[in-house]
Amino acid sequence: MYEKNGAKYFVVDSHMHFWNAGPDNWVPGAEQYAKGWIECFHAYQSLGPQETHWTIEKFMSYTEDDLMKDVFEDGYVDVAVFQPTYLKEWYADGFNTTEKNAGLGEKHPGKFVHNTRFDPRDGDNGLAELKANIDRYGSIGVKLYTAEWNNGSRGYKLSDPAAYKFLEKAQEWGIKNVHVHKGPTIWPLDKDAFDVSDIDHAATDFPELNFIVEHVGLPRIEDFCFMATQEPNVYAGLSVVIGGLMHARPHFFAKVMGELLFWVGEDKMTFGSDYGIWEPKWQIEGFVDWEFPDAPEFADYPRLGVEGKKKILGLNAARLYDIKVPDELQLPSATPAAQDDAKLVTQ
Amino acid sequence: MTTLVERSRVLLALDRVRDPELDEPITTLGFVASCHVSAAGDVAVRLRLPTYFCAANFAFLMVADAYDVLAALPEIRSVDVVLEDHFAAAQINAGVAARAGFVASFDGEAAAELDELRRVFVTKAMLAGTDQVCRPLLASGTDPASLAGLTLGDVPESPELDRLLRRRSELGLPVDAAAPLLIDPATGGPVAAAGAPKYLGFARLTRTGIEANTGICRGMLAHRYPEEEQG
Repeated sequence: MYEKNGAKYFVVDSHMHFWNAGPDNWVPGAEQYAKGWIECFHAYQSLGPQETHWTIEKFMSYTEDDLMKDVFEDGYVDVAVFQPTYLKEWYADGFNTTEKNAGLGEKHPGKFVHNTRFDPRDGDNGLAELKANIDRYGSIGVKLYTAEWNNGSRGYKLSDPAAYKFLEKAQEWGIKNVHVHKGPTIWPLDKDAFDVSDIDHAATDFPELNFIVEHVGLPRIEDFCFMATQEPNVYAGLSVVIGGLMHARPHFFAKVMGELLFWVGEDKMTFGSDYGIWEPKWQIEGFVDWEFPDAPEFADYPRLGVEGKKKILGLNAARLYDIKVPDELQLPSATPAAQDDAKLVTQ
Repeated sequence: MTTLVERSRVLLALDRVRDPELDEPITTLGFVASCHVSAAGDVAVRLRLPTYFCAANFAFLMVADAYDVLAALPEIRSVDVVLEDHFAAAQINAGVAARAGFVASFDGEAAAELDELRRVFVTKAMLAGTDQVCRPLLASGTDPASLAGLTLGDVPESPELDRLLRRRSELGLPVDAAAPLLIDPATGGPVAAAGAPKYLGFARLTRTGIEANTGICRGMLAHRYPEEEQG
């Protein structure tokens, strides 16, 4: 919970990680990819305030104690949603697996939501693993990384028949929320790997599932926003938007926020720190203090007030994940919108 | 012929090579790590990108475009363009040096050359450029619907207009003074007054997306290559 100027914010960090990216976990022969991946993440951290930067050594292998302190003790987070990313071609035990996350989460009941993942290229074994994870960890959300390398494949689309089979089964087994993260590779490699049109198809064909597009489709927010106007079950995950832009590029942060408020709306935006890339503390403090610069170029955008910030920082995600919010932290009037009462921006 | 003159000529040529996603020259983005020209006319250029995992297709286009503009310069004996610190550097460098094309360079991983990808991103750049030209008009009180009635000849001269005309030209869209200011890139036809607000909203959004990406890319590059000067 974060309190500022008499307003209390229930905070759900809907996108964060507990990874091991140290050399002890690099797959022999794939060291350059494991190293390249974590160095790329570390460069993202440099977009946050100087005093929150870590050494690359700590960044590769932060501890349970680091996480509990940064996210909960110092970071105001009430409930955090683990989003796994496996990358087992590069990291021997996986970069950030359901099991590793849950190993920490189970020590702190009520603090974490354990999402799992699937990869449609894993076939029947992948389905069995998904089922086992749902049963074992109670997952109601999955994180999908479409650019993951898998046996010579450089990625998949959510509209692939194999992906549909997994989505059908996942829904049948109780999955409600699908977090999608695009990456730089795909087959065929001549297509734009960041294109989000496959999510559009899946969102249309699986109207009961919620699709949270992480990083709001960056670097393709224009395609993402356009899709979100047409799909009531598509949400904007703000990981990277706040962490990567609010401090480093405040002018563009304001413009991106303006576009998201205009096209997607405050009922369908969710905060995620992307920890360990960025600590939540400065992001939450800065976001609550943030307002549009007083300049004509921002005049067209919808305003964001205290209620909207409460929804984005926690109440929207709490609704998606059935997280109980104390009465005093609810909005006085209505409940935040889930897809059934979200209004489409049609202009 | 002095080396100094040659080097500036080479850098001038590289100004014409753009990052397709960011629609900005690789020179101003800081992607040219070094550039050397020998007295005999051998050019060696090293390129670098903000991350190890920048998309291979865009990286290939930049390396190939750099090779092409340099190879077209008169009095150049040989051209060597090398991308560094990138997951697909070996394939890209070998493919460009052999002028093999994208499909052959990424055997089995690509279905087509990159013309369609490039067109998609020039179209985004055209939309963003339309916002740059229209923004001052909107700020001075012109309403969106009446912008749909304007032609290119109605718009005051500006560097932003020149840039928009170049992007339209690349897409094969009309650039004459009588051509409509707002144009549907898919059909080449004018935008109706009723559709203008949405069209302009999408143009603004597209520009925001490109600018935000550029901001992130610059920050990532600065972290990756701190305090390095272009050599």
